[in-house]
Formats: sequence, structure tokens, C-alpha cells
Amino acid sequence: MKILVTVKLVPDTTADKRIDPATKQLVRSGVETVLNPFDEYAIEAGLQLKEKIGGDTTVTIVTMAPESGKEIVRKALAMGADDAIMISDPKAEGSDVWGTAYALAQAIKKNGFDLVLCGTQSTDSITGELPGALAEFLGVPGITHARKLEVEGTTVRAERETDNGYAKVTADLPLLVSVTKSMNTPRYPALKGIMGAKKKTIAIASLADSGVDKPVGHEGARTELIDLVSPPTRGKGEVFQAADAVAGATKIIEFLRERKLV
Amino acid sequence: MIATTFDALLRRDLDFQLYAMQGLGELVSRERYAEHDVETFASIIDTAYDVAGERFAPIAAELDAFEPTLRDGVVQTLPALAGALDAFVEAGFMAVGFDAKHGGMQLPHLMTVATQLIFSAANGPAAGYPFLTQGAANLLAVFASPEQQKTWLEPMIEGRYFGTMALTEPQAGSSLAEVATLAVPHADGTYRLTGNKMWISGSEHELSENIINLVLARLPGAPAGVKGISLFIVPKFALDPSGEATIRNDVTVVGLNHKLGQRGISNCALSLGDRGACIGYLVGQEHAGMRQMFHMMNEARIGIGAWATCTAYAAYRYALAYAKTRPQGRRTGAKDPTALPVPIVEHADVRRMLLAQKAIVEGGLAIVTYCARLVDDEHSHPDPAEREAAHRLLEVLTPIAKTWPSEHGCEANSLAIQVLGGYGYSPEYPVERLFRDQRLNPIHEGTTGIQGLDLLGRKVTLGGGIGFTLLLARMREEIARARADATLIKEADALAASVDRAEAVTAILVGAQRELGAERALANATIYLDALGTIVIAWMWLAQARVANERAANATDDAFYAGKRTTCRYFFRYELPKAAPMFDLLASLDDTTTALAIAEL
Repeated sequence: MKILVTVKLVPDTTADKRIDPATKQLVRSGVETVLNPFDEYAIEAGLQLKEKIGGDTTVTIVTMAPESGKEIVRKALAMGADDAIMISDPKAEGSDVWGTAYALAQAIKKNGFDLVLCGTQSTDSITGELPGALAEFLGVPGITHARKLEVEGTTVRAERETDNGYAKVTADLPLLVSVTKSMNTPRYPALKGIMGAKKKTIAIASLADSGVDKPVGHEGARTELIDLVSPPTRGKGEVFQAADAVAGATKIIEFLRERKLV
Repeated sequence: MIATTFDALLRRDLDFQLYAMQGLGELVSRERYAEHDVETFASIIDTAYDVAGERFAPIAAELDAFEPTLRDGVVQTLPALAGALDAFVEAGFMAVGFDAKHGGMQLPHLMTVATQLIFSAANGPAAGYPFLTQGAANLLAVFASPEQQKTWLEPMIEGRYFGTMALTEPQAGSSLAEVATLAVPHADGTYRLTGNKMWISGSEHELSENIINLVLARLPGAPAGVKGISLFIVPKFALDPSGEATIRNDVTVVGLNHKLGQRGISNCALSLGDRGACIGYLVGQEHAGMRQMFHMMNEARIGIGAWATCTAYAAYRYALAYAKTRPQGRRTGAKDPTALPVPIVEHADVRRMLLAQKAIVEGGLAIVTYCARLVDDEHSHPDPAEREAAHRLLEVLTPIAKTWPSEHGCEANSLAIQVLGGYGYSPEYPVERLFRDQRLNPIHEGTTGIQGLDLLGRKVTLGGGIGFTLLLARMREEIARARADATLIKEADALAASVDRAEAVTAILVGAQRELGAERALANATIYLDALGTIVIAWMWLAQARVANERAANATDDAFYAGKRTTCRYFFRYELPKAAPMFDLLASLDDTTTALAIAEL
């Protein structure tokens, strides 16, 4: 069984970030790149399935990123994935969800797959749209926001998280599943895995070599970024002076009532 | 995984010490480490930070608050501790430095120490369990038989078995010559032990499948003193006739010792052989126990220096962050009482306290990583002369690398509390716990007094003083390098004068040992250890400033390198001058302590 896990390289979630007003892009210099934390749950899900199913099951990492991100991809290999496919092409820069999904789909189809696993979203753009778009381009059903996943033969049973609870769904392979944080606890890359990862293949290919036959990147983007604004700065707080505790409490309740907070 | 901001040990500083100062990267050219590369080292350190930050650091306060308990002979620990140690073991950190043939990762000792530093900074007592195991395993890797290695060592490297060092007895602490535990040969080739052991960390818990106690004991009729001591493997579960470790050995915890700090690690009083059935397996030759112990002592003592460094480092980082955010008072001389208060880091005296801590913790980090590199050179340098030189240098530097960070770490931890004021004195803030944890380090693995005697009474003259001569030469080489840097000439000159003084006073003290006897000449050995230690740390600071200047050539605005230069200057102005009066006292061969009558105390 061929399991493919899509990952994204994102700026360190804890780092201070700045937007370049001219390009409306994140200033990446000086900000460390890390594996999108949401994708680690998808990798873990893939590894657990591989351990359970056994046989010739493989877990392949798929990403679109500059070649400089190779060492980050290696972290996914150190966790236990077998190999990786990296679409690295200057023409991919500026890809929107459509372009990214299309390019990844072409590379995944070229490689062949039974199950594609994704994180629910990335920590940088947080659109959460990629899994759906990718399933569409792959022409397979997509189960998004899965919190539980079982594969038996070619049947996949999953539990989808919803606002009110969860839905039990069943589908047949080939299939795409996006995985939520409640599914598992991602493992740490073990020292043996880190050493073993050096010998694993990261196949780097251009857009053309990945079978991407339509323009993506800035050229093919169907989304236009019109404007970027910083969140409004918080206004100055109000300080109430009260004679005693009762008067203070009354004032607070009034304040909250006015704003319909109580 | 949760992204963490665990920075109790600054990653940039650790990398600086490992790569810029100690040349970790160049070790991959050695045959022993040919399987590794710099990217592997970086990934391993990344994982260490993740596991330490996510599993060790968050439970440190809780582990301190809920001490292990003893019920029906079973020691219970905080449940979250097992999870943290499982993560440590599953990631493979127990195996870091061990030979591949035993299932180890065969990484440089610098990497072992780097991981020890990271976990110690996150949670020292929790890290104690695996570090004790690594220490005990190191000994078995050198002296145990191949069968013993298969049975006991390999499960320790896998992290299934934990280990301890059971040396001390109620009547035999610093003086192991008094060890009285008896080991009687048994018909099946094993031994039956009887006796009591005291202050044994980690000798009972439910955290691992088995616990391998390495016990010092005497055979019947063994010579008196240290030459009659043998080393035994005394497991919690001994081998049954089929060779499986299933027999609950006759090792009883008679009590848990309650301590000022390091409360998360169980500390036991043990009774061996209450039922006459405490099974032990002799390691190596009879009567060779002390020699075997001393073989691993260098690495164990450097490990304590690392532990002490990190206990102070974590407190310094906390105090620094606090000082940057705590508004209090106005700048000295400011007249306007309605002006907003400034963060306390603006005050000169708070800065002085922070610099003092920085000088101690980064100086400590420099000496322990320097020694770790020497261990690597001792084991794997291609040139036999360099291997020998590293060994000799380690002999003389070990008491300093153990003691200076331990003693001055206590000062640094105290200053961290001072920065927080009343809050620092309360258990609400971690500096109080770290202060208590630190106090152990000048005591265990050889007290400060013992280290002083070891340095002045033994190490400086060992092998005709070759190690000490080498140390002087290494310091003078650094002085010569630093003199090429126009900004460091004053510091280089000051260190040169101090090294000359250390050499002259050492000659006086060595001569006095012959002429006036050891008792008089060694009376102030602890002072000597501190004075020489201060010079060694000054040397480390000079080297750090020089390397920082070299690295900063293209990054003049880099605060990290500027911080190294400033702290070097601080050390040379505030700390190094303290060595001179210590050497004056030593040169005078003062006999106040030996001459006084006990009644005068």
C-alpha cells in the first residue's frame, strides 16, 4: 500500500513575523523554517498505519518547497517515513491553494498512491482548503478533519470531527484523509531514525518533471492578495476607581451588561 | 508536537561552545564517528530540545513538590516522570555515546554531554535517572565480561534497565577505605552480599524493568583500605537458572532520604542480604573495585560540573527574563516621582548580578565542554601523543570542572533569587527550587574538600606534574593567540601574570609537601582549587572572547558576540582579581586551621 503524506515548510510558529508592504509577502529572512506542526499528525497517522498493515506498505512525504528546505523534510524521514518527493522550482513561488494543490496532485498521480494524508491546515496561511482541493484534483473522495482512521483491505473507516460531535464515514481506497490533532501524538525523531534518514531518498523534481502542465506560482495564481492589514491595536483599558468592593463589583457588572457580556 | 520556547539553556550558546569553541564538526573525520555528520548532530540536538522542553521542563515543579514515597518496599514516583523518561528512552538518548557493538549510537562524548546539558537544564532530578544509568553502563562497558555485558549492559543502553552507583555506606562517605559490605563467594560462582548502603540515588523505583546497582564490597580476608574493595553487579532482579532476570534480589529499601533539593530522584538507604540471599556478580578482578570506579570518575565528575552549570544556567535565564519585565523603581538620580517605573534590568546592581551569573554559567559551560572534547581526544584522537596529553589534562582539570561550576553555581543560583527579591524566595518561582537543587553538587561525587585534596595532593604532581605543565602550556597558548587581538591585550596580560603566579605558588606548595608534610601543605587545598579554578575559567573567557571576535568580524552588531566580550571583561575586572589574595594566603603556608585547638572552634 502506498501512503503519501503532504507536508508544508512554514516559518517558525513562535518567531516574530513581519510583512513586506511592497510585496505583501512574509519576510522570511531571519525566520527559521520548520515542518508545519499540523502535518506531523498526518505523518504519525501514516507511520502507525504502516506499522499496523505491514507488508510492502510505504510512507512517502510530498512537498513543494525550495531545495533549501531539504533538511526540514529529513525530519519527516527521521520520524520513519521511507522517502520523499520534493517539487522545487522557482516558478512555483507564489503559488496559491489552487496552484499548490494542482502541482501536488500531478506529482502524487505520477508517483501512484492508495492513500493521501494531509494535516488540516498550515500555521502560516491557515486556509484549511488544500486537502479538499487536492482530493478534487486527484479525483478521489476526501475525508477531512478525521480524528480516527482505520484501514481494512481497501475499506477506510474514519470519524470526522464536526462542530457538534463526530460523523462515522466509510470510503474505499484510493482516498485522501486530512488528520486532526486529536488523532495521535506525533513521535519524536529517534536517534536511529535521524541517522537512518541520511540514507533515504529525497527526489527533487522541477514542475515540468512532476507532470505540472499548467502555470502555477505567481503566474497561475487565481487568488489575488488585495490588501494586508495588521490587527487593530488594542485600545487603552478603562480604569475604574471604586470606593469599596461592592461599588467596584457593581461597576464591573454594569460594564459587562452594557456590552452584553453577561 | 507543540512548538516550545524552552530556552533554559540557550541554544545559540550551546552551539557556540560545541562548534566554534570545541570543533565538534571536525570529529566526524575520525574513524570512530565516520557514520555521523554535522546535520545529524544538529537534528539530535533539535530532538533533545523538543523532548526536554515538552516532557521534562513542564513537570519540574511538580516533581519537586511530590517527592517519591515508600510503601511496602516499593518506591512510587510522579506518574508524569515515567512518561518523560519513556520519551527519553524511545528517542534513543540513553544510547548516545555507547559503542555500536553494544547497541549504542557511538556519538562523540561532546554529544553525550550536550544532551546531558539540555536535559539537566530542563529538569535536573528527572535527568538524574538516565545519567546515573549511563555512568553505571560506562563502567560495565569497560570492565564487565562479554556475558555480563549482554545480560546487564545492553538492556541499560536500550533503556529497559536503569543503573545506580552504590558506593557510600553510613560510616563510609568521603573515605571509601571504610567500606564494610561483605561479599562471600557462593558455590555457583556468584557472591552473597551483606551490608548497608546510604544515599543511593535511584536504587528503587518502578520506572524500569530492572535496576542495576554497582556495589562496592569486600571479600572475606580482603586487604584493608581501598586496595581490598571489589565491584559487584547487584540487580533488583537477579538471574534464575534459565538465565532470566526474574529472582527478586535480597536488596531492601529501609528508608527514603528526604533532601533539601533534587527531590524528584529517589534517594535510598539500602540493606543488602537481610535474608542472606543478596546475589552479586563480581565485575572484573577481585580487589580492583576502586581502580574501576576511578576509571569512570573523570566522566562522572565532568557530568556533575555539567549538571551544576545547567542548574545555574536555568536560574540565570529565568532571572534575566524576569528582570526585563519587572518594573520597579526609577533610574538612580531620577527626580520625577510620577515617572513610570523602569524594568529592573535598567539598574546597575541588577545588571551586575546578571553579569555575575552569566560569567559563571557560560564559563562553566565552556570548561565542561572543553573537558568533554578532551574525553573525545583521549578516546579517539588519531595521534597517540595527543590521546595521552588529553588524558593528562583531564586528570588535572576534572576536579576543577566538577567543583568550580558546583561552588560558583551556588552563588549564581543565590543571585538569581536576589534578582527576584521576595518572589525569588518563594516556591512560586523556579529559582527557589533550582537553588535547593544546586546545593547537592558541591557534595556528591567527591565533595569540594576531596576535590581540593585530589588536585593539590595528587593531580598536580601525578606523572611528574605532566598534566599540570600541559595545563600551563595550554593557557599560555591561548594567551599568545589572544595577544594577536588588539582588543584583548589587557586581558591576555592579566591572565599571563595569573598563570605565572599559579605556577610559582604551586611549586611552593609541592615543595612544602616534602618539607613540612602533607597535612600542612594541603591544609588550604580547597582554596588552591578555587584559585586555580578561577584562572582556568578566566582562560575559558579569554578564549570565548577571542573566538567571538573572530566570528563577529562580519556581524559587528551581534549582541551575542558582544555579550561574550563584555562578560569576558567583567570576569577579568571583577572575578579574576580574587585569585591573587588566595594565592598570597597559599604561598604563606598559613597554619591557622592546622594549628588551632579544637576547643577554640
